[in-house]
Amino acid sequence: MEQQPIIEARNLSKSFGNFKAVQDVSFSIFEGDVYGFLGQNGAGKSTTMRMLLGLIFPDNGTVYIKGKLFNNSSRHLLKHVGAVIERPDLYKYLSGWDNLKMFAKLSGGNIKDERLHDVLDVVGLKGREQDKVKGYSQGMKQRLGIAIAMVHNPDLLILDEPTNGLDPQGIYEMRMLIKKLSSEYGKTILISSHLLHEIEQMATRMIIIHKGRKVVEGDVKTLMAPAENLMQVRLQSNDKSLYLIQNSVWSSLLKSHDADTYTFKMPLADMPLLNEWLVAAGLGVLEIKSTHSLESYFLSLTNNEHAKAGAV
Amino acid sequence: MLRLELYKIFKRPRTYISFAIVTAIALVIQLAMVADGKNFISFALQAVTEQFDIQGNILNGYLVAYIILQSLLVQIPLLIALVAGDVLAGEAGMGTLRLLLTKPQSRTRIVLVKFVASLCYALMLITWLAVVALGLSVLIFGEGDLINLKSDSFVVLLKHDIPWRYVAAFGFAALAMATVASLALLLSSLADNAIGPIMGTMGVIVVLMIFSTLELPIFATIKQYLFTTHMIGWKGFFDDPVPYTAIARSATVLVVYTILFVGTTIFWFNRKDIKS
Repeated sequence: MEQQPIIEARNLSKSFGNFKAVQDVSFSIFEGDVYGFLGQNGAGKSTTMRMLLGLIFPDNGTVYIKGKLFNNSSRHLLKHVGAVIERPDLYKYLSGWDNLKMFAKLSGGNIKDERLHDVLDVVGLKGREQDKVKGYSQGMKQRLGIAIAMVHNPDLLILDEPTNGLDPQGIYEMRMLIKKLSSEYGKTILISSHLLHEIEQMATRMIIIHKGRKVVEGDVKTLMAPAENLMQVRLQSNDKSLYLIQNSVWSSLLKSHDADTYTFKMPLADMPLLNEWLVAAGLGVLEIKSTHSLESYFLSLTNNEHAKAGAV
Repeated sequence: MLRLELYKIFKRPRTYISFAIVTAIALVIQLAMVADGKNFISFALQAVTEQFDIQGNILNGYLVAYIILQSLLVQIPLLIALVAGDVLAGEAGMGTLRLLLTKPQSRTRIVLVKFVASLCYALMLITWLAVVALGLSVLIFGEGDLINLKSDSFVVLLKHDIPWRYVAAFGFAALAMATVASLALLLSSLADNAIGPIMGTMGVIVVLMIFSTLELPIFATIKQYLFTTHMIGWKGFFDDPVPYTAIARSATVLVVYTILFVGTTIFWFNRKDIKS
């Protein structure tokens, strides 16, 4: 039997005036996914996430939560979802506990204090819950936001740019917390970020959107291991290097060169052969590195689109 | 959900500003009356005492309370706006509206709960007004017959006939404040920070009150449709006989406006994109 997505976006589109924020975006998130939502600032990530949660109404398209149509008349379906959208804005004049308890009551179901203590423990705020939120650091607010999002034990956690505004230590802790939520607590998570390495480190599946349009969607490992990589080779300074390479079988793979650095587009598996040939040709190899990462992949995809747009 | 909303309102220090202002105004007037009330009364009754012999405790708690209520005619609606104008826009400004709307609660319910919470606040303020304006005045100045001076006549209400009139007047004032709260709520749903709706409500009330009180022919036709004209309907309970038909008409107008404002808020809020 085909697995039912926890949340499914079908052909979502939204414009603000003449600005097309999101255009025809579709994707599905299944149980167990840590689903990365990647895009540059202004790409349409937050607008899409807000449409998933009924904060913004799509001009076109539909959202399904656990197979049921989600709209303003079926907001009860939000009991399956917990979310922190952009900043974790909370009632600053109330304590962390009061904030958590208040939103727990709004989340549906009879949530006991024991559960509140549990989630505070998970996010590492135990002992600070009676402090007023106005005295919390950004990282603590973010963690309290996550506690609020998961207090009713939802099927899906939506975290929009959860590391925004955090210091390096806070970013590290947040990343660890998200990994823990996934691995130890089995949470399905939709996480957006414009920090590409973050998605690379945390997500199992991902979507990239650019200028409101879906560029690519799929398994992170698959997307990360394309048939060909860009390999950068730095050689010892030698006047003959370029001549030798250009007159070898590797010339067709040479994409660019800059001083003593040569970039080849080739399968990763052929790298040892290139290395052997370079050594045999008497060219001293100082460094070889694959430039492929999600970042270069992302940039190549978006740049391609730039190029296409420019060509039209 | 209502309890949570009230908890939020009464946990904010600014909520108590209104109670402090009402107390301060009432105390200032009461102190002024203690200091110079007799001269004030003899000046106010100058025209009456030329033709009538008036005896007894004229400067009594009922009269002072009536004077306080008259002077708080504009201020109380503004104080209601301070809280009701904040309930949606303030949350939008703080960003908490976004979090609130990710919870499985209907938007209509959220609006209604916020309206009822604003109403509870208004009722508490009116009750507090009754305590400090009426209760304290009666305690300081004692009871007595109430002389209600009007532009071309005066009404004397016997002291045993007064308490129910105050109860009815405060009840009517609560209805008028419900209308103010609903207007503030509507403006609050249109904005993403609280200043606009609070100032907007104050502005609308001040401007419409000017229209309602100006005796210019150009305003004669429209003023009967303005809710501000009917907000002072409570004064009817201090007439003899009480103009029940006029009071009922005013109450109806206020109820219709309240329903209209709350209904429009629900309609709008159910279509609003939360971008803040």
